[in-house]
Amino acid sequence: MTTPHEAVIGSTGLDHRKMGVWAFLGSECMFFGSLIATYLVYKGRSPSGPTPHEILNIPLTSISTFVLLMSSLLMVLALAAVQRGDALGARLWLFGTPFFGMIFLGFQVYEFATFVREGLTLQVNLFGASFFVLTGFHGAHVSVGVVWLLTLWTLALRNRLTRADALIVEIAGLYWHFVDIVWIVIFTLVYLIQ
Amino acid sequence: MTRGVWGWITTVDHKRIGILYGVTAFVFLLVGGFEAALIRLQLARPDGAVVSAGTYNELFTMHGTTMVFLAVMPLNAAFFNYIVPLMLGARDVAFPRLNALSYWIFLFGSLFLNASFFVNAAPNAGWFGYANLTAKQFSPGANIDFWVISLQLLGVSSLIAGFNFIVTILNMRAPGMTFMRMPVFVWMTLVTQFLIVLAFPVITVGLILLLFDRFFGTNFYNPGAGGNPLLWQHLFWLFGHPEVYILILPAMGIVSEVLPTFARKPLFGYPVVVYSGMLIGLFGFGVWSHHMFTVGLGAVVDSAFAVGTMLIGIPTGVKIFNWIATLWGGRIRLTTALWFALGFIAMFLMGGLSGIMHAAPPVDMQQQDSYFVVAHLHYVLVGGSLFGIFAGLYYWWPKMTGRMLSERAGRWNFWLMFVGFNVTFFPMHFLGLLGMPRRIYTYAGGLGWDLWNLVSTVGVFILALGILVFIGNAVASLRSAAPAPADPWDGRTLEWAVSSPPPEYNFRNIPTVHHRDELWALKAGRAPVEAAPPPPREIHLPPPSFYPIVVAAGVVLAATGALTHLALVVAGALVVVFGAYRWAFEYRSSLGGGLRPPSDASPRGLRGQSPRSSGPR
Repeated sequence: MTTPHEAVIGSTGLDHRKMGVWAFLGSECMFFGSLIATYLVYKGRSPSGPTPHEILNIPLTSISTFVLLMSSLLMVLALAAVQRGDALGARLWLFGTPFFGMIFLGFQVYEFATFVREGLTLQVNLFGASFFVLTGFHGAHVSVGVVWLLTLWTLALRNRLTRADALIVEIAGLYWHFVDIVWIVIFTLVYLIQ
Repeated sequence: MTRGVWGWITTVDHKRIGILYGVTAFVFLLVGGFEAALIRLQLARPDGAVVSAGTYNELFTMHGTTMVFLAVMPLNAAFFNYIVPLMLGARDVAFPRLNALSYWIFLFGSLFLNASFFVNAAPNAGWFGYANLTAKQFSPGANIDFWVISLQLLGVSSLIAGFNFIVTILNMRAPGMTFMRMPVFVWMTLVTQFLIVLAFPVITVGLILLLFDRFFGTNFYNPGAGGNPLLWQHLFWLFGHPEVYILILPAMGIVSEVLPTFARKPLFGYPVVVYSGMLIGLFGFGVWSHHMFTVGLGAVVDSAFAVGTMLIGIPTGVKIFNWIATLWGGRIRLTTALWFALGFIAMFLMGGLSGIMHAAPPVDMQQQDSYFVVAHLHYVLVGGSLFGIFAGLYYWWPKMTGRMLSERAGRWNFWLMFVGFNVTFFPMHFLGLLGMPRRIYTYAGGLGWDLWNLVSTVGVFILALGILVFIGNAVASLRSAAPAPADPWDGRTLEWAVSSPPPEYNFRNIPTVHHRDELWALKAGRAPVEAAPPPPREIHLPPPSFYPIVVAAGVVLAATGALTHLALVVAGALVVVFGAYRWAFEYRSSLGGGLRPPSDASPRGLRGQSPRSSGPR
């Protein structure tokens, strides 16, 4: 009863799990595409303020965007470390990546709190509703990624993440990079092109 | 195999999950049919008083939602689950536990939706749930909340199954089964899964916005605050039109299997049928606004969507001609499965033709919201999808149960359903052209609608009798019919190469495929009969797991909480997290014990462990 009934590597030469995650990310494109489209459709349609011009703090968000982009770099380093069996590097970068993610989330919490103080809420106008729902769902995706990566980090700490496990790190990385790319689109369309 | 109820609860076997899907969906088909019968009783005579206006709204909403999401989609899923791995020459799907999770979420979501009846708050805004009828202001009760949340659950279930089957089909084909050797049913399943994973996120977003409007006071669909109810229509139909193909493409696949088998000819123009299926799926994403011709999007937009819609008629027509050409010159055996497949072609063709009619905006503007549209969509979904599903039921029943169905009862079943269906729905064309609008709970006499409404109601009972004959046939078959041989129909595809029902592991040795109609080629001596390799000493099967049902229970607990108390949402979320972590580490902790993980849980590369499973094929 010990042999696997199917190889993990399938007919296309790809691992099942990796292909499954690619399919999932394709689906996520439609999810974020719909949310972004909603934001764009309602841009400038709010009958009353606050408007994006009055509220959005580009310098602040540029910093958090930079942090998130750097977390992608750390993700690359983490995968490389696991692949070459570098336990110390794996522990370091697998913590660094979600840590940078948490800094990004901290910025987002601060941003949301400031906006609410300045009068932008879910209910006040369409800009508030579409902004919070779009960036909120992105933040939720980052949070899931943080938990995922911290789980891998604890495995690494307990020496249970070996070179043979590089694939599960790679899959987490695919998700993490995807969430980053979505943020680049959101940052451009929501913050930079007002 | 674990036996008893616990065995079914923890099963990850694609065949058992397929049966669970089939039985559950058939029950909901009866529920949806019962709702339809009540609707028709109410409309049988002018000034009907069988149900109240409010109940009528609930009935047509629940009928539509049930038939689409709880009956036809999961009936198709039953065949995906049971048949596709067999056709591929695989031992299970790529992610067996995710497969179980899809089913449990589907089951709990369906029960959640129907629980609304017991608290007297069944959804009542139509299966399309148009904004801003669904706004808190106009629908203050929990009716719409039930609808929104259960649709989200069902969407999650479909999405998970979508990822699973995309990977299964692309990655688990037997050696030698190139894409152009895959059975057409597998192809249509693949296209359907792509439609699901790309279309469902869109309605997910539409529903999230509605949820925020209702729960958190946003104004996405509130025109009073600058919102645009048309946004809902766009998001809904950008999902809703591909959904139509999600419902019909599997039936096209089934028919493409049944016709060649009983005409004893290979499918005519196999590549063209496959490419047509892909084109239908592709075009399906570009035609959603034909559901919105009367909202006034402008002549340019309407024209573009009209042209796109008519374009879909081309690959669809190509398929119909290919099916007819498959029959042409064949040595036809008129089994019940073939009767249903023939009924499918004729009825789907009629639904397609009325569809072409209202692809033209000026015509559509006359027919919009009239019974003509009701006739059209039922010709496509009952005459099309459901007849296709029945063809599949009669075709694969012996494989799935190990028993034969009575062909005599099958003939009664087909003709009662065929006649009942046409008596019910054909008069609706007339009613629509005579101006009878949809979704009215009653009408005055003397408008010229009395006769055809009565005829239509009579038809429902003939249709119901047909379904009853099927149930009788099924029960008799399970009780006392002769055991089915492995290959009762002289089949062409790999599922007929194994016993009926197949052993738990499907194939003792994974077959090598040389032909599109592999089994025919083997039987005719056209495929090399290899010296049977020694049977493997042991066949690994994914062990049962109860974490799928735990996660699904957490999900539905959170959903219940959304309608009752926040504490339940938190509790449900905790159960989901707990279940997900136990799931992820289910096999990691047991690695030392000699038990090897199934493919979806393998934390380590397992390549090369088995001589038959190594390397890319």
